[in-house]
Amino acid sequence: MSLGELVGLVLTDYTVRTVSIGSAALGAVAGALGCFALLRRQSLLGDAISHAALPGIGLAFLLTGSRAVPVLVLGAALAGWLGTLVVLGIVRNSRISEDSALGIVLSVFFGFGLVVLTLAQRRPTAAQAGLETFLFGQAATLLERDVALIVVVGTSAVLVLALLWKEFKLLTFDREFAVSIGLSATRLDLLLTGLLVAAIVLGLQAVGVVLMSALIVAPAAAARQWTNSLSVMVGLAGVLGAIAGAGGALLSSFASGIPTGPTIVLIATGAVGFSLLAAPERGLASRLVRDLRTRRRVLSDGVLGDLYALACQHPGRTGHPHPVAVLKAMQRSRGGVERSLRRLEADGWAREVQPGEWSLTTAGLARAREGFRAELGADAPPVTGQRR
Amino acid sequence: MSAPAVVEIDDLTVAYRQHPVLWDIDLTVRAGALTAVVGPNGAGKTTLVKSIIGLVPVAAGRVRVLGRRYREVRREVAYVPQRGSVDWDFPTSVIDVVLMGSYGALGWIRRPGARERAAAVEALEKVGLEAFRDRQISQLSGGQQQRVFLARALIQNAQLYLMDEPFQGVDARTERAIVDVLKEIRTQGRTVVAVHHALQSVPEYFDDVVLLNVRKVASGGVEDVFTEENLRATYGGRVPFLQAVAGQGEP
Repeated sequence: MSLGELVGLVLTDYTVRTVSIGSAALGAVAGALGCFALLRRQSLLGDAISHAALPGIGLAFLLTGSRAVPVLVLGAALAGWLGTLVVLGIVRNSRISEDSALGIVLSVFFGFGLVVLTLAQRRPTAAQAGLETFLFGQAATLLERDVALIVVVGTSAVLVLALLWKEFKLLTFDREFAVSIGLSATRLDLLLTGLLVAAIVLGLQAVGVVLMSALIVAPAAAARQWTNSLSVMVGLAGVLGAIAGAGGALLSSFASGIPTGPTIVLIATGAVGFSLLAAPERGLASRLVRDLRTRRRVLSDGVLGDLYALACQHPGRTGHPHPVAVLKAMQRSRGGVERSLRRLEADGWAREVQPGEWSLTTAGLARAREGFRAELGADAPPVTGQRR
Repeated sequence: MSAPAVVEIDDLTVAYRQHPVLWDIDLTVRAGALTAVVGPNGAGKTTLVKSIIGLVPVAAGRVRVLGRRYREVRREVAYVPQRGSVDWDFPTSVIDVVLMGSYGALGWIRRPGARERAAAVEALEKVGLEAFRDRQISQLSGGQQQRVFLARALIQNAQLYLMDEPFQGVDARTERAIVDVLKEIRTQGRTVVAVHHALQSVPEYFDDVVLLNVRKVASGGVEDVFTEENLRATYGGRVPFLQAVAGQGEP
């Protein structure tokens, strides 16, 4: 199926439209809230919440016999919320660190969830309930009312985020100062975590418990590379999340029938990888370029210093040319002498008096003296003076 | 000591897992003075400041700020945490951090407006960072970070300034800028309590001093209590300042 046909489907096919709107909304909310999880160094919390939600889904089905999504989502939310409270309780009342607490809750709840799910599968209605899609997600199972739920809860979450923007920002940046001016850190923590739980359980049907945390963390991590403003970061993460969500849902639903979670993760990871490489300032590529520039500058400064030292040996004749071979010897094995000379020439600090023989220009002399002064904190030896 | 007490602490004990961090502290801080809190590492200096504003649970004792409980007089207190307590790679700008000082007065939901921005710019001018207002905070040096925190405290327009190591790891220029700001605060009749590490600058910068090592060793005017004997009692005989003075013959 070509991209054009896919776009055509989104515009005309009712089911396709429903699924893409739902997944995009989900990705947007998860991406936006994920920024706070990332900046609060709670990326793992999303993983723990989504895994902790699994027994809730199974128990909700076993207890009510209903396979209506809102019932299962409610069970997931309660279990996810309980998992979060257990993490906070462990951290507060024991010497176990937060990452260990998250690991414990994640594995224990997930293991329990698998047991409950196995029990639930024995029910005759279990097959149609499609409980196993909650593991890896299947966006194609989204119905209109599921999408409506995602949009309503997601919009409310974003609204709360917008209203309490400065409070959440301050809590994330400087918790102690926030408490000192009277913000209740505990309540704001619970609220922010509550929003995260909401976003996660909404996504379980489409994305699955195993990989839902990727939709929380990946867009935020990618967005952070491109901007130094929190609002831009949150907006960008929302857009990236929407793209990953809709793209993953569409590809998995209509290309080959593979689960949605992994497809979304592949798209989001692609965005992270590209951002880590290509982003200006923070990206790997721009850092390499900067390092290379610095390296060249250091090398050419070294050659400039050598030319200056040579000039000092020829009092009164600063324009006296020196062979490249001498400069190479002075630089020992550092290499790049000829390239450095060309750079100095381009900067107007050195000139090739005759082929293979170089001297400093007047500007180059001044620059070298300046460099000495900055480095040694004293005046450089005068060029016209005695041998040092 | 006729000036009224800005901070009154009675029988304060703070413990961390049965281990006392502060033991039975009695302390008054007088208004309009610059007070240094000094003592060795682990003496509870930071804990003392945090206990004044309720950031640490108090095992026993009573703390009064301006004669009342802290939560009743929050608007009158500005807290400057240790510079290293936050992540300076947070995506925000210098002026945004300074504006955070207005959040307390603004209350919930309301956003800072033109008035708050003007106050923030004025505070940045006072600490000499007006050229850095739109700079990303990760690009600041340690001294600049400290001055940003100071500017944030200034726009809180408080009666009492509590600062945790405002001179920690700053350059000479920043140190002078901070001292100037502290003196201006004092001129306005306001009070500063600062955790301080460099003993040699205590007499120059501060009026009063609290010598602390889990218990309070002494407190009062610098000329009265900042003595070699008290310092030895505080630091258990190994006083970095006195050693530095003794070693001053060599370059």
